[in-house]
Order: sequence, then structure tokens, then C-alpha cells
Amino acid sequence: MSVLSVNPNRMELTNLKRKLVTALRGHKLLKDKRDELMRQFLELVRENKALRLEVESAIKQANNSMALARSVMQNEVLDVALRLPKQQLHLEIETRNVMSVLIPVFKPEFKTADSGDVYSYGYAFTPFDLDSAIKALSDILPKLLRLAEVEKSCQLMAAEIEKTRRRVNALEHVLIPQYQETIKYITMKLEENERGNITRLMKVKDMMLAQAHQYGR
Amino acid sequence: MYKIAVMGDRDSIYCFAALGLDIFPVEDPNLAVETIRKVASKDYAVILITEALAARIPEEIDRYSERITPAVVLIPGVVGNTGMGLRNVKRAVEKAVGSDILN
Repeated sequence: MSVLSVNPNRMELTNLKRKLVTALRGHKLLKDKRDELMRQFLELVRENKALRLEVESAIKQANNSMALARSVMQNEVLDVALRLPKQQLHLEIETRNVMSVLIPVFKPEFKTADSGDVYSYGYAFTPFDLDSAIKALSDILPKLLRLAEVEKSCQLMAAEIEKTRRRVNALEHVLIPQYQETIKYITMKLEENERGNITRLMKVKDMMLAQAHQYGR
Repeated sequence: MYKIAVMGDRDSIYCFAALGLDIFPVEDPNLAVETIRKVASKDYAVILITEALAARIPEEIDRYSERITPAVVLIPGVVGNTGMGLRNVKRAVEKAVGSDILN
């Protein structure tokens, strides 16, 4: 395979061996990271899917009620009913570190003590479909927030998993084999040099002996 | 203190106003891109957007997928539901695992 273009000497060999050890350790660590990320990701993504199905059906139901409400209400009346919301929702964001991926945690804070206190209108002039639409949405809101959190986490983790997987593969299939090949190449080259040296010495010895004892004359 | 924004056609998102979320009724894609940029640069942690609108500005939605905030979440609207939200979940799985293993 591919051998790095280096001078085949002992210093390079030592350096390469050190690099190989580092690469192997990095590979193992990254592989562990990938596996753990994957485990957590799969848990999250299952939750994500379940939550999404639930939230979507609740919102659809709310939309249906809303459509019914709109059919008997004038736009202006609806506007008046919803214009000034009683409730105000704020979020606090904390970040959680999962295998060096920062994921957000949302903490909702409602303006009024009762989070279900959402009807910003008197009941006299509005149809009950509007109430049920708003009730449905208000009930699903905590899950909606959880969905936002989980979906964001999934996206971030998917990106991180992809990155980690690439790194693992690059180490496993490119860098480590390259180091190993090069180490092998240098070792062989050094051994070859050694053998060449021995042969040369033997030859020189023979020649010197021949000269000293006047063999072959 | 972060807030939550809701974007989409007026009928689909009007209810959310009652819950104390900020609504931004837009239907035009160009205007939507402008709005989402404006919203994302402010203190909004979560942007709920209807599938129908999101389907028309997919690149813009993707821009936020690798940042911590804002979290862009697709919700079904009154019309034009395509199951895009679920498809995005599948896409994340495919990105991470290599194939969709949820089914």
C-alpha cells in the first residue's frame, strides 16, 4: 500500500512508532465515543419520533377545532379575543454536555402561576371550539418544548456522530495502515543495510586474509 | 430570558398567541427568510414553523440545524402537511447511522 516518503533511518522509525501508538489510542477512544454517542442518539431519536407523532396529532386536533371556531366567528371577534394574551412564556436555556456535544435544555417559565391560565377572553362571545383548540395546544405545550429540545439534540448529535465516524474511518483505513506499512518498509530497509554491511565486512576480511597470507599466489 | 416564535400562515398559528408565544404570520417565502433571520438573531430559543412554509425555505431551515439555538421545529399547519417533520427525523437517523433503522 502507500508508504510515506520518509528517509529510512532509525530516527524516523522511532518517530513513526510513537505516532502509531498515538494513532491507535486515538482510534480506540474515538471508536468508544462513536459507540456511546450512537447509543444515546438512538434512545433520543426514538423519543423524538414518539413525541413528534403525539405533538402533531394534538396540533392537528387543535387546528380542526380552530377551523370550526373560525367558521362561526368573524375575523374581528377572533382578533379581539386573541389579541392580548394573558400568558407569557419565557425559556431558560441550560446546556448539557453529552460526549462533548453541547445540547440545550429548555426550562419554561410562565408569567402567571397557573400555566393553564391561557384564555385571554370572556367566554360569552366565543364558541367553545376556540376553547378546546387553545386547551389542546396548552396541554401539549410541555411536550412541544421537550420535542424542540430532543429534536435539536438529535440534529446536533447526528452531525457529531457523522464527524466522529469519519475520523474513526480515516484513522482505521488510512493513517494506521500507512504508518504500519512505513514502519515495515524502514525496518526492512535497515535490515537490508545491516546484511549488506555484514557481507561487505566478510568480503573485506577475506581480501585482507588473502593479502596477509599470500593465498592464491 | 429566551422566547418562542411561531411562524406560518395566520390561521395555523393564531392559537399559539394565546399561550404566550410570539407569532409572526408570513406566507411569502422571501419574507419568511427575512423574518426567520431577524427572529434567529434575537432572543428566540425555539422557532415553530409550519411544514407548509418550511417546505418552501428548506436551505434556510438547514442553516440552523448545527447551532444550539434556535431550535427550529416543524409543526403541522391547517393545510399543506407533508410529513416533513417526521422525514427530518429520519434524515437525522440516516446521517448518523447510515440507513433508516427506525422502521
